[in-house]
Amino acid sequence: MRSRWSYVYFAFYLLLGVVLLFLNNDLSKAVITLMNVIIVLVPLIGTIFGVMYYYNSQEFTELLLAQPIKRSSIFLGQYLGVALSLSMSLILGLGIPFVFYGLFESSAIWDFSLLLITGTFLTLIFTALAFNIALSNENKIKGFGYAILLWLFLAVIYDGLFLMTLIFFEDYPLDKVSLIGTMLNPIDLSRTLILLKLDISALLGYTGAVFKQFFGTSFGLIVSFVMLTVWVVMPVLRIIFKSKKKDF
Amino acid sequence: MVTIENLHKKFGKNQVLSGVDLSISEGGIFAVLGPNGSGKTTLIKSVLGMVIPDKGTITVLGENIKKNSEYRHKIDYLPQIANFPSNLRVKELIKMIKDLRKPTNEDERLIDLFKLKPFLDKKLGNLSGGTKQKVNLVLTFMFDSPLVILDEPTTGLDPISLIRLKDLIKAEKAKGKTILITSHIMSFVEEISDEIVFILEGKIYFKGTIQKLKTKTNQPDFEHAIASILTDNHA
Repeated sequence: MRSRWSYVYFAFYLLLGVVLLFLNNDLSKAVITLMNVIIVLVPLIGTIFGVMYYYNSQEFTELLLAQPIKRSSIFLGQYLGVALSLSMSLILGLGIPFVFYGLFESSAIWDFSLLLITGTFLTLIFTALAFNIALSNENKIKGFGYAILLWLFLAVIYDGLFLMTLIFFEDYPLDKVSLIGTMLNPIDLSRTLILLKLDISALLGYTGAVFKQFFGTSFGLIVSFVMLTVWVVMPVLRIIFKSKKKDF
Repeated sequence: MVTIENLHKKFGKNQVLSGVDLSISEGGIFAVLGPNGSGKTTLIKSVLGMVIPDKGTITVLGENIKKNSEYRHKIDYLPQIANFPSNLRVKELIKMIKDLRKPTNEDERLIDLFKLKPFLDKKLGNLSGGTKQKVNLVLTFMFDSPLVILDEPTTGLDPISLIRLKDLIKAEKAKGKTILITSHIMSFVEEISDEIVFILEGKIYFKGTIQKLKTKTNQPDFEHAIASILTDNHA
């Protein structure tokens, strides 16, 4: 079950990569288009696969729990199994067409690598969040609902709220606030990171300049990656903590 | 072998176990009995570490089971409902569990015993309830652990398999193992168990031999003795 779906996912990215390259006929432009897809789709797939996998393997988990294996190894193993196979599908599926197109001789290689790195981070983050939701909800429908809501919130609603706040408080200096607001949402963070790397920050106006000052430096880059890592580590720790206390 | 002290467990507002004290000595067959929802499975799952108790300590073979998983090497457990991943084949499942625990050749004898050869290449999702239970039994008995826990082992078995199961349990007992069984089939319990443990409303109501229970309740046979406990406490 798991392997079949990750092949489908892999094939999807393969196709997406080929089509984008064919249509754009240019590596950097294809990277930009890809970014828009990855930023929204990767978290969604991570969330859905995470929840689905957890609920599907519940019976198997119960079987394993009676065996002499540590609980944390069972759940971390499951988490890594899903998250890593999804990441592999992403990296290979997009990587193969781009490499054939001549990625290594082009200047877009760093942008592309950044895209894959953030994509992998997003997969790890959202699969972990999905596992957390599934662990806390015995009811499958509820679990699925919360997981989708979480994705919707971080991918769409958060941006809206963020924008509204900015408009509402437009008389105040907002660069710090918007910077922090961006840091707190992994999707926004990844998006800004890639946009700025792609050097199209001029599109972002004044805020873009502030962002450029921050994210453009190596300090900003490091802080962003630390934030993304925190976003992975926190839910994973909660998986371990929660799984130790759960009754089966 | 197994010592349980002051065990408490609550699921939400439902107090399932309220102060269970139980000590099970080495060797022999112990039947855990009680009405539906009395906490038999919860008790067994607590011993296995699948349910985390709110209060109380459990030791298995001298080891405290809290935050420990190694002790499960010494337990063979038969779950109540055989819920296996439906996309796995019987053969694959057996191999996988062997990889997790230790190599054994017992499985071949058990597969022959329960006539499971023709099912080895079938997927678990396509098996009937009784066949699944047989697979379950093979998985449980293929390791030679000193403590065997069977939760409703008779579910779905045909009469021949039931006889084979009884023989199997008796053979395990002869090896000096400790066997814990829960069951609602009174004739089965009466036939094989040495001692019974009766759970009622989250507490141990009675522990001792069947003979002792009969004298205590003044009933000539086992089934009526159990029934009289239930009517006395629910009337």
